Amino acid sequence: MRPELTIALAVLLLPLASFTLLIFTGRRYSERSGLVGTAFLGIDLLLALYLLAAKVPSDLKVWDHTFTWIDFHTAVNGVPLKIDIGIMVDDLTAVMLVVVTLISFLVHLFSLAYMKGDVRFSRYYANLGIFTFSMLGIVLTNNYLLMYVFWELVGLSSYLLIGHWYEKKSAADASKKAFLVNRVGDLGFFIGIMIVWMQFSTLTFDGIFGQIAGGKVPFDSNAWLTAAGMLIFCGAVGKSAQFPLHVWLPDAMEGPTPVSALIHAATMVAAGVYLTARTFPMLTADALLVIAYVGAVTAFIAATIALVQNDIKKILAYSTVSQLGYMVMGLGVGAYTAGVFHLVTHAAFKAGLFLASGSVIHAMHHALHHQHDHHTDAQDIRHMGGLKGKMPVTFWTMLIFTLAISGVPLTSGFMSKDEILAGTLAFSHFTGHTLIPVIGFLVAGLTAFYMFRMLIVVFLGSHPDAHRAEHLHESPKVMTVPLMVLAALSFFAFYSFNPLNASHGWFMENVTPPAVAVPAAAAATATETFVEEVHHQHSLAMLLSVGVAGLGILAAFVFYHWRKVSADAVMNAAKPVHTFLYNKWFFDELYHATAVAATLGTARALAWFDAVIVDGIVNGAGAVTKGFSTVSGKFDSIVVDGIVNLTATVAGFLGMLLRTVQTGRVQTYIVFALIGLMALLALYI
Amino acid sequence: MTMVPITLTHFLLISAALFALGVYAVMTRRNAIMVLMGIELILNSANINFLAFSRFGGLNIEGQMMAIFVIILAAAEAAVALAIVLNIYKRFTTVNVDDISLLKD
Repeated sequence: MRPELTIALAVLLLPLASFTLLIFTGRRYSERSGLVGTAFLGIDLLLALYLLAAKVPSDLKVWDHTFTWIDFHTAVNGVPLKIDIGIMVDDLTAVMLVVVTLISFLVHLFSLAYMKGDVRFSRYYANLGIFTFSMLGIVLTNNYLLMYVFWELVGLSSYLLIGHWYEKKSAADASKKAFLVNRVGDLGFFIGIMIVWMQFSTLTFDGIFGQIAGGKVPFDSNAWLTAAGMLIFCGAVGKSAQFPLHVWLPDAMEGPTPVSALIHAATMVAAGVYLTARTFPMLTADALLVIAYVGAVTAFIAATIALVQNDIKKILAYSTVSQLGYMVMGLGVGAYTAGVFHLVTHAAFKAGLFLASGSVIHAMHHALHHQHDHHTDAQDIRHMGGLKGKMPVTFWTMLIFTLAISGVPLTSGFMSKDEILAGTLAFSHFTGHTLIPVIGFLVAGLTAFYMFRMLIVVFLGSHPDAHRAEHLHESPKVMTVPLMVLAALSFFAFYSFNPLNASHGWFMENVTPPAVAVPAAAAATATETFVEEVHHQHSLAMLLSVGVAGLGILAAFVFYHWRKVSADAVMNAAKPVHTFLYNKWFFDELYHATAVAATLGTARALAWFDAVIVDGIVNGAGAVTKGFSTVSGKFDSIVVDGIVNLTATVAGFLGMLLRTVQTGRVQTYIVFALIGLMALLALYI
Repeated sequence: MTMVPITLTHFLLISAALFALGVYAVMTRRNAIMVLMGIELILNSANINFLAFSRFGGLNIEGQMMAIFVIILAAAEAAVALAIVLNIYKRFTTVNVDDISLLKD
């Protein structure tokens, strides 16, 4: 094994060590456990940075270490049946390692202040540790088996983190919902893995893609290859909150805000996109088309919902769903690098947005606490306003994040979003699906609008409650420093020195699309042709995206800052639309009426079956047995006892008869003796 | 009047009658003394038989010897039996054999 891979293993295992240490000894350390966890992650981040610095200049494309875990000593279709597992580091992995450890480290740091005084402080840090470990596992593994294991671990740890405040019913429900909805997607993922295992007898990425490239497809049918790819993508639909399984993510905002930053920026939701990227070589043109449309629909639905939400975290949650839709759409249209690039840039600015909102909520909580106000919702943007002067650092960093997510030039978000949009244009050029770029640009405009709406309502204008405003103040350094770091990372310079075109930056140069393994007949447009077309479309995409983003920002200012047009008037004019959007397209209600109701109905029917039929059979069997035993008991007491008693009675009767002979009088005996003697005489004479 | 010679049969008939009377007394008398007397009758019927066979049969003197033995035996027996009757009377204050049925229990 290469020494670098040992370091990669250390990166993987350090958060696990943090988890193990804190879960067992955390109570003793109490508040200090946060520092322990943060220190572990700090070392982890340094190691990841070292790995990235070592990997990017390396000549080898992939550092890989595989070993045979289980050898069945048999062969199927001439392929030896064994389970190989291992780890690998390519450029994408190296980048993801840094992203995950960086965001996790900052979240650890931020939580030191945010979670101060929490009843389960050490438990919280322990859970952050196992979450980071699981996510790093997904990134490092080189096979679907370990991927699935870590995948489920992420599901478990997200459940623990979202439900951290489980005394609150909404939090407990949200964690349950996240877990169950993810299960739906994971089922598809699992079936996909089964198809792959059955057909290729291996689960390593290299092994599978190698066999496909060698001309073998599942069941000798390209349709099955499409199915396998789409089933594996189902896992991504669940984890990355894609339509129709996006419903868990907004509810997951019930967790502590730094957790939202961790889950919804760099880790859990990114896992789905990462999985799609890893599976990319085996995705057929049909599968990619479906993926592109799923992403586009998700991006659109989430963006429309985000327009009308009032909860600051809900807005961010839906923007996350929308941006994840972007990434998935990017991968779907074939813009592999752009999708992954957006994943990385989004991780930084979305973590920043969440942490900044956490900072705002933290301040609001303190102010409300001072006022002894326990009714006002600290997360409702209508209760905020004019925070710019009170929380300057939070405001300026939030502004940078908002600019980045809106796709304003000079930010990282601009570059990555621009690449995706150029990709969609190229895609429609080759396939004629013009709806995809249309949605792409529309959503870009909507994103700019609702993000600036939030920024304006929260930070500009004046605070609705002057008394409360006096108690609002900036969060402590330990919370603002992570914000500043993330704000810095939201600038272009970290990814490419040319702010308008990232394609010659180190990221896009190094993280290149993997070789497509799909047979030519089922494959999408060849990478080279596609990339060339993307270059052609680049200027157009850039102009359009800057245009729609500008329009969105302008509209936000018109509505919410200058108030040229009353937002309420528009809202009232289109009341049904507002209601529809405010209630999130009634997805929850729909699922409650269908899936949940059907499940509960089935459960009730089964319970009835259990209580009436199964219990009936059991009780019936019992009754029959009881009946038999009664009859048998009666037989015993009447017939058997009767025979025994009869015997005794007969014996007694005979005895009674014979007893009369025994008079006790000697004379009687003499008579009998004489009779006997005479009888003998009569007999023998 | 024709003299009918007395033969062995006559003796035996008398002896049998005496035996029957003895047995009858033993079986029917309620007084234990009477029962003992019945026993004496039975023993004497046997004596008649011994003597008759001594005169008419082949027993000769042995028959008479045996009869004397029986008389002595009867005397001894009467002594023992009367002692028993005396004890019975002491215990039950009666010599009525019907009332003495301890063997039944």
